[in-house]
Amino acid sequence: MTQNLKKDPSQVMVRVKGIKKNFGDLEVLKGVDFQVTKGEVVCIIGPSGSGKSTLLRCLNQLERITEGEIYIEEELMDKRVDDKTVNHIDAKRLQALRCDLGMVFQNFNLFPHLKVIDNLTIAPITVKKADKDTITQKGLELLDMVGLKDRADEYPVRLSGGQQQRVAIARALAMDPKIMLFDEPTSALDPELVGEVLNTMKELADEGMTMIIVTHEIGFAREVADRVIFMADGVICEMGTPEQVIDNPQGERTKSFLSKIE
Amino acid sequence: MSGTVIMIEIALVAVIAGAVFGVIIALGRMSKNKIANAICWFYVWFFRGTPLLLQLFMIYFMIPIMYHDMTGGTLTIDPLFCAFVAFSLNSTAYMSEIIRAAIESIDHGQMEAAKALGMNHAQAMTKIIIPQTFKRLVAPLGNELIMLLKDTSLVSTIALYDVLRASKTMASSTGNWVYYLYAAAIYLFLTTVLQIIFDKLEERFGAYEKR
Ligand SMILES: Nc1ncnc2c1ncn2[C@@H]1O[C@H](COP(=O)(O)OP(=O)(O)O)[C@@H](O)[C@H]1O
Ligand SMILES: [Mg+2]
Repeated sequence: MTQNLKKDPSQVMVRVKGIKKNFGDLEVLKGVDFQVTKGEVVCIIGPSGSGKSTLLRCLNQLERITEGEIYIEEELMDKRVDDKTVNHIDAKRLQALRCDLGMVFQNFNLFPHLKVIDNLTIAPITVKKADKDTITQKGLELLDMVGLKDRADEYPVRLSGGQQQRVAIARALAMDPKIMLFDEPTSALDPELVGEVLNTMKELADEGMTMIIVTHEIGFAREVADRVIFMADGVICEMGTPEQVIDNPQGERTKSFLSKIE
Repeated sequence: MSGTVIMIEIALVAVIAGAVFGVIIALGRMSKNKIANAICWFYVWFFRGTPLLLQLFMIYFMIPIMYHDMTGGTLTIDPLFCAFVAFSLNSTAYMSEIIRAAIESIDHGQMEAAKALGMNHAQAMTKIIIPQTFKRLVAPLGNELIMLLKDTSLVSTIALYDVLRASKTMASSTGNWVYYLYAAAIYLFLTTVLQIIFDKLEERFGAYEKR
């Protein structure tokens, strides 16, 4: 397997230390620590409202943390204490780091006014000043990979939800990210369309992409994840291999969550 | 006939100035800068909250009086120029609100997706958000242009011969009522043409929404 060659546990891609996040009086993250190494696939599960989306959004600074430290590839991205900034990378570096962090949203968020292929190329052209022909070629290859090469000239509205999500994955990959963040990528899909998106993600995992995936697909997590994190009420309750967390959960909350979902 | 030209001139100048400055005021209203925000808020508050006729009078009559009081000299302003300024200021206020509403109606996820892909705010605005407002802007801008066209009849009050005043003069000097119908026909012709153009534009900008 090529997969194992690309894994490198000594190379930390994402590290968060004691992060907290408040929305006004509401404490959504109450001190979260973990790290993700190169090639690792980490699935985050947990009841809704437990702060999973907020955690992902903090990683690429769509939200600012209230307290704690975030490192991307061992570079300090954000450090805050008591809602005050101690250290924050400048806007240029933030843009560069966001290029390394691909994000896939629950609602796809494709750009409706752009054709599928232009959805893939707009950011590389705008942000990285990529050559139009080269990036279009690469975009077509990515669409081929997600099985949608023949839809390149369609507008997103003409695609099914599953196809749109696969385009969204290809769009993120067009930026050559080192880490992919997925926020419930299949939750908005009709059940019969879930499989095609999970397959695409599985291929990506097999290629050695570092991935953090928030999901309710327990079967998928068991099969693909190197590590599973169970979150509830803004804290990590349990963390370990799928066998540990999914098959032999220790905490009561984990047990009751899993019994409800499966 | 020259009345028709004046009417089209004023409406066109106002709609173009309104679109350009309207974007600026709209961005000001949405900016986090408190001063820019306050100035733009005040601008819209004033020009939407007072009648266009009053604004026309303030520029054509009030400013020369103020000038006289302050300097003792006399100032005469070309009435057509006054009309251009008053209509432009007024349409800027309305259009800025139309543009702001259109920008704010775009799903927040679009800005987030653009940022997550590494775009900065300006790139996200110009490549992702603003292009999506075009379709939503067409209909209200068409309405605004039609309103402007009809409102140009107000300029008869500052010594300009527009269609309405011309037909009234003709009707009373000849005793023939048909001149009023001519005036209606001119307005209807122009507004109908505009309606057709704007319907076409809306279809074009919205092409990507067709399933
Ligand atoms: N922008 C926001 N403003 C206020 N509250 C928020 C915001 N985003 C999320 N929340 C709240 O934070 C909590 C956690 O939300 P979220 O991270 O979306 O949970 P999950 O993804 O695990 O379902 C919820 O109670 C939610 O209502
Ligand atoms: Mg969520």
